[in-house]
Formats: sequence, structure tokens, C-alpha cells
Amino acid sequence: MVAYFLRRIALTIPTFLALMFLTFAAIRLVPGDPVEVRTGEHGMSPERLAYFRHELGLDQPVWRQFLAYVWRLAHGDFGVSLSSQDKVLTEFLTLFPATLELSFFAMLFAIAIGVPAGALAAVKRGGFYDQALMTVSLFGYSMPIFWWGLLLIMFVSVRLGLLPVSGRIDLINYSFDQPTGFMTIDALLSDEPGAFLDALRHLILPAIVLGTVPLAVIARMTRSSMLEVLSEDYVRTARAKGLSPSRVIGVHALRNALLPVVTVIGLSISSLMAGAVLTETIFSWPGVGHWLIDSIGRRDYPALQGGVLLISAVVVFVNLIVDLVYGIIDPRISHGH
Amino acid sequence: MKAPTFAGVALAALLAGAGVASAKTLVYCSEGSPENFTPAINTTGTSFDAARPVYNRLTEFNRGTTDIVPGLAESWEVTDGGKTITFHLRKGVKFHALKDFKPTRDFNADDVLFSFDRQWKPDNPYYKVSGGKYDYFNDMDMPKLLDSLEKTDDSTVVMKLKTPNVAILANLAMDFMAIGSKEYADFLLKKGTPEQFDQAPVGTGPFSFVAYQKDSVIRYKANKDFYGEKPLVDDLVFAITPDATARYAKLKAGECHVNAYPRPADLEEMEKDSTLKVINMPGLNVAYWAFNATKPPFDKKEVRQALSMAIDRDAIIKDVYLGAGSKATTLIPPTLWSFNDKIPDVPFDQEKAKAMLAAAGVKTPLDIDLWYMPVSRPYNPNGKRIGEMMQADLAKVGVNAKLVTYEWGEYRKRLANGEETTGQYGWTGDNGDPDNFFFLRGCPGGKPGDSNPTKWCNAEFDDLLVKARVISDQAGRAKLYSRMQEIEHDEAPELLLAHSIVFEAMRSNVTGYKQSPLGTHAFEGVDIQ
Repeated sequence: MVAYFLRRIALTIPTFLALMFLTFAAIRLVPGDPVEVRTGEHGMSPERLAYFRHELGLDQPVWRQFLAYVWRLAHGDFGVSLSSQDKVLTEFLTLFPATLELSFFAMLFAIAIGVPAGALAAVKRGGFYDQALMTVSLFGYSMPIFWWGLLLIMFVSVRLGLLPVSGRIDLINYSFDQPTGFMTIDALLSDEPGAFLDALRHLILPAIVLGTVPLAVIARMTRSSMLEVLSEDYVRTARAKGLSPSRVIGVHALRNALLPVVTVIGLSISSLMAGAVLTETIFSWPGVGHWLIDSIGRRDYPALQGGVLLISAVVVFVNLIVDLVYGIIDPRISHGH
Repeated sequence: MKAPTFAGVALAALLAGAGVASAKTLVYCSEGSPENFTPAINTTGTSFDAARPVYNRLTEFNRGTTDIVPGLAESWEVTDGGKTITFHLRKGVKFHALKDFKPTRDFNADDVLFSFDRQWKPDNPYYKVSGGKYDYFNDMDMPKLLDSLEKTDDSTVVMKLKTPNVAILANLAMDFMAIGSKEYADFLLKKGTPEQFDQAPVGTGPFSFVAYQKDSVIRYKANKDFYGEKPLVDDLVFAITPDATARYAKLKAGECHVNAYPRPADLEEMEKDSTLKVINMPGLNVAYWAFNATKPPFDKKEVRQALSMAIDRDAIIKDVYLGAGSKATTLIPPTLWSFNDKIPDVPFDQEKAKAMLAAAGVKTPLDIDLWYMPVSRPYNPNGKRIGEMMQADLAKVGVNAKLVTYEWGEYRKRLANGEETTGQYGWTGDNGDPDNFFFLRGCPGGKPGDSNPTKWCNAEFDDLLVKARVISDQAGRAKLYSRMQEIEHDEAPELLLAHSIVFEAMRSNVTGYKQSPLGTHAFEGVDIQ
């Protein structure tokens, strides 16, 4: 198990090297460097331009800049954001809890609805419910996040006034410290009456928007996996033994059908991160996705490079966990060999 | 049945929310996070807006105008032919307190010297803190203007200039000249955390800083000791909302009271909504089409006038600015003092343009370059589209315009070197002083590598420009600028295209809000009914 774990970690090293190179190169292909984007019609005198380029090391050959970057990373130094002058790692760690909280609730929403809905569709295969669910999930899968988010805001928040438009908490009524960065937890710790409920209310719409695509994928995957399992001999045996249908489906079939679903959940993490960029923008959610978009605009090289790398690390880590979870769900898969 | 009932109750509770009584809080939906809270090291309006509630300057812009009024300097005298300015500082002004810092003294001349020195003197201990780029201090030519700054006592500061320039009083009202607390700076230096100066600001302004969470919220509290126009609300909140559609939705839902930068596409609907109100004014900027007066045939003013008449600017404003632009008649927008309202509009008359070209001896078809802006700017939303419309108009008077562009940095550099025959460009004003626009057409700006792409140099215009920097009374200066606008109109070094129109939206129960011609947002004197 430990050997497997170490081997998996070793395998991620080339991935990280490639990522480091790609993010480093990609942002430099965009016209305008960090010094250039600061200047408006005033322009900047050649001396000042040269001075600041030198300060930021931009006057060095690109390969040398890259080597310096890799060297610093090897020492755990992600650099300093050019716009805020804060450490990139500090900024990331400040903003990441918001993204994590949102992603967690989005996934919770996707799993809580996707698994039962998919399982039910498999059981009622070919019926109206099955067809309807598959059609709806196709819509969910192809829904442009931006449009879906705005539609929900306009209808649920503006027209019906049921939920807040955006943000993480009601800024007029609540003001408390955030030691953990997770608004729901901090709200509970704050002892302010109603704060926790308000934080949850703010989570509903963004979690639905971010969870829609994973929900569709999970529902479809559960359905097809269930169909396969339902035709297995042991399910027929269970039925023949006279077990109740709910026990056959819930205990015998579903547990076995979940293995591919777990894989899909793991894979969804990366698309969740991609979706977070848009969702955070629509809902003014102060997470890392929105921060990265800003960094591109400002040509904030260190923030962008560090941010992409750290998010990738999260994705790789989650996939690693998913692999390990296989063994728990299905003891037949042994990581020892 | 128990479970669904519980779920139902929980859902109802969630949807209903929980109301809590609170003090009067004004929420401004701002468009982004500030870089930090020290305007001297920032360049974006977003950052300036975030620091403005906290700070004051020696001089101030009267709210809603570009007029200069006393700030932390109660009065000043200009002597020595405009080369010496003596500032008399306001007494009894208190700095804000933070959790870990309580000021022990009132504002005095040391704070003024510190705020200048940080940007000016490389040996100041704060010069390198937070990256140390003082873009505005340098862009506004402060190192070239300032000779010395000394205090004669705790409430008097004497500023000596290298060349007479009264427009510096407007520079001093700009955000980068915010006056910070030297006592706070020293305290942090001793503590070993000087960068906190830029993250948790201490000023003398109408609101004191409370807290900032990146990409989420900035909180301020009303400063009861403020010497000027008192804040009418207890708390001020900047709800950071980068997406314009989300800002509109929040405004509509009542989650914010004032909304930064509404989308032009939403304006019509906003205006129909009785719970909202929309205000607008021309922006402090101008877009123009420059003729390079050093390149024939544009060295003849008749040719420049003729081509100016060939362009249908109404169509451009309608189709490209989508209503968020107004036709420019002079280099400065009508909100600036000294605007000459007698200057006629350039007519759109292609027949006359053709006749004038023929009279000037220009053979058609004439081939020219038309450089178009590669980026969208507040005064020019779509350079390429404008270029195409101009190209079509020019074809009708026998001029073949070849569209040319470069990457923005390169574009600016080449224009400054005068490589174009004609090209689009523009300007965003800084300090609301007419000099800040007209210097663009002064002769020094026309030298290669400098900011005037027309390379036009007119002796009378330049002479008036220099004279206007020495006169200290505004009415006298306005007369000179008025004459300069006539010369520029007649000489047509450029075709003035448009000033943008800046819109702001708010809940209809917000009172006392004044839109600033400088494009800034300020909340003292603003109330919620």
C-alpha cells in the first residue's frame, strides 16, 4: 500500500514539470508584460521601464527565468504576487477555503441527487421517468455555466427574492472573524444568530450551478453501471431468495455499481475546478478561480504560475485519494500487487 | 411523514432567511479588489476608490466638480512668480485608530513631508516597501517640478518649484498625494511590518478602515471626528462584485445601494425601474484621430480640415459607443472648467471635403495609413470597428486608407515616434486641470518619442500653454485655455471623436450622491432614506 502510494506520487513529478513549463510559457505568449500593462497613455520612460523589468527579472533570457523559477519552487517558494505584493502561497491559502467549500457543497448536491436518480432510472429502465431523466441530464451536461448561473440569479433571487444574489454572507447584518476561511464553520463559531443559515443560503445557488455538470455525469454513470449490475447472477439470486426489492437494489446492486461512479467523481474534480472559475465570477465568490482570472488580466506571472500549479496539485491529490478509496469499496482491488 | 416535514421546515427557514436589526449601512457594489490601500503605489481606479474614504490630501476636488478647494491645507499663498507655494495646515485633525495603533498626536507638517518623501526620496525607509513603484508621482512629473519641500513650523509647509506651474495644486488633490500618518509609519517600522502601512491604512478621512477580505468585502466605519462634510451613514461596505450583470442583480435585489460601472446594455431597463435611478456625465477623456502634421499632405491644415469633414461621427457614436459616448468639440470634456462652448462642431460634409482636397492640390485617390487602437479603452470601445467605418467614409472622398495596428505597447511607442500618417489615440485626464489635456498639444510633446502623435507645433498655442501655468487665478487661466481651443479647432491637428459617457446606477432611496467628473466614487454626504 505504501509502496503503491509512493509510486503514484513519483508518477506525478513529470506531470508537474510539464505543468510548470506550460503555465510559464503560456502566460509569456500573451502580449504585454506586467510592467507594460501598468502603463496607460502616459507611457513610461525607457529608464523606468528598464528599471522595473530588471527588478522583476524580466530582462533575463526566458530560459534563465524558467530555471530560476524551478529553483525557487524546489525550495517551496512560489514567489510574490506582483499586484498585491503578498506571497502567492499565502494568497492561495486565504482564498482556497472558499473554493473548497463551494466545491464540497456542489459535489454533495451532485451525489445526493445524481446517485439515487440514476439508480431509480436503471430500475425503471425504458419508462417515462428513465427517459425524462436522461433528457434532463443531457441538458444539464450541455448547460453553459454562465448562462445557467445568471438564469438562476434572475429568477430565484431577483424575481422571486428567495435567495441572495451573490457573495458568501449578508454583509449588512453579519461581520465576524474568519479563522478557518470556511464561511459555514466560521458562522457557527461566531455565535451570531442566523449567520450559519445565511451562509448556507448563499451557498445554494452557486453549489447548484457548479454541481449541475457533475450531477448529470454521475446520474448517467450510476444508471448504466446499475443496469449492468442488475443483470448479474447474484442479483437474480438475491431476488430468488425472496429479499425485498429495496434491499436487493440498495444493498446488493448499488454498492457494486458505485465503483465506476467513484472514478467519475474523482475525474469530476478537475472539471469542478474549471467550472469554479466561471461560477466564482458570476457569484462574486472570493475563491481561487476568480483570483486566477484577475491574475491573467494583470499579467501577474507569479500568481498565475503558482495558482495553476497549486490547483493541479489539489486535483492530483484528490485523484490519488479516489484510487485509495477503491480498495475500501471493493476489496478485490488490492494496491499491494 | 416526519422526515419530509422536517426537510420542509428547514427549506422554508433557509429560503426565508434571518433578519437582524443593524445600524445604517451603505453598500457599494465595487468592481474589483484593490491592489492595496496606498494610492501612491497604485494605478487603478478600483484601488483609488478603496483608499479614498480613508485619506485626505493637501488640496481636494470639491465633490462633483474639478474645482480645487482646501483639504488638509487650510489655505496657501503662491509667491515668487508661481515658484513658491506656502501651505498653512489645518489644526486639530485626528488620525484614525486601529486595533493595534492609537495615534498620540494630531496631523502635522511631518506627515506631509513623509507622504512626499516616500515617493520622492530613495533614502526614505518606506521607498522600497510594497514594490515601491510610484507611477503617478513620476507620470505627473513631480520629480521634475519639485525643487524642495520644507516645514517652517508644525503647521506650515513651503514648497519650491523648479519651474512655475500652478497646475500642481490639482496634482496635490489627486489620490497619489494622500497624506498618511508618519507616527503610524514609524510604529510599523519599529514593529518590523512596514508593509502593513499599505494593507491596513490610517488616514484622516471621512471613514476609517475596519477590515478587508480579498475579493469579498472592504468595511469602513464613519469617522465622527472628521473635519469636513460628515458621513451620514454609520458603516460603509464595498461588496466586491466583478461581474457587471451580478452587480445589476444585486442592485435590483436591494443587496447594494450604489453600483459601479453598469453595462450600457442594461441602462434602458434600469431607467424604467422605479426603484432605481441612473445618472451620467461625460468622462474625463477624449478619443481622437491624429493627423501627423510633419508628413505631407497633412502639413497643410486644409487637408486636415477636409478629412475631418469626411467622417460621419454620429454614426460611429451610435454604432460603436452604443449611446455611451458624446461627440467631442474640443480636447476637454464640457465638465472641465475653461471648456469653450462657442467652438462649433465639425460638420459632416463629404462634398465640401472633396472640394477642399482638390483646392489644396491633393490628387485622388490618395493613399494613407489609418492606425487603429488594438485595445479597448474607456474612450474608444472598439478601435477596429471605428477604423473600418472611417475607412468606408474616406473611400467616398477618394482616400484609400490602409488599416494598420500593432500590439498596444508597440503601437504607443511608434505613435510617439510619429511613424504614422494618421492614427487613433486618446487621453484619460488625471487631475481635472485643463493643462493636463492641453499639454498634449504643446510643442515639447511633439518631439519624437513624446506623447503627441500629431507632432503639430503652433507657436501661439504653446506660448499660451506656458503662460497659463504661471497665473494663479482660475478665471485668468480659463481665458487663455479658451483661446487655445479656438486655435486648435482652426488648425485641426486631429479630428476629435468622442468623450465616453460614464453612467452610475443606485437605489432610488440613496440621496446626496454626486457623480465625479474625475470618475471617482466618494460617499461622504451620501444617505439612505
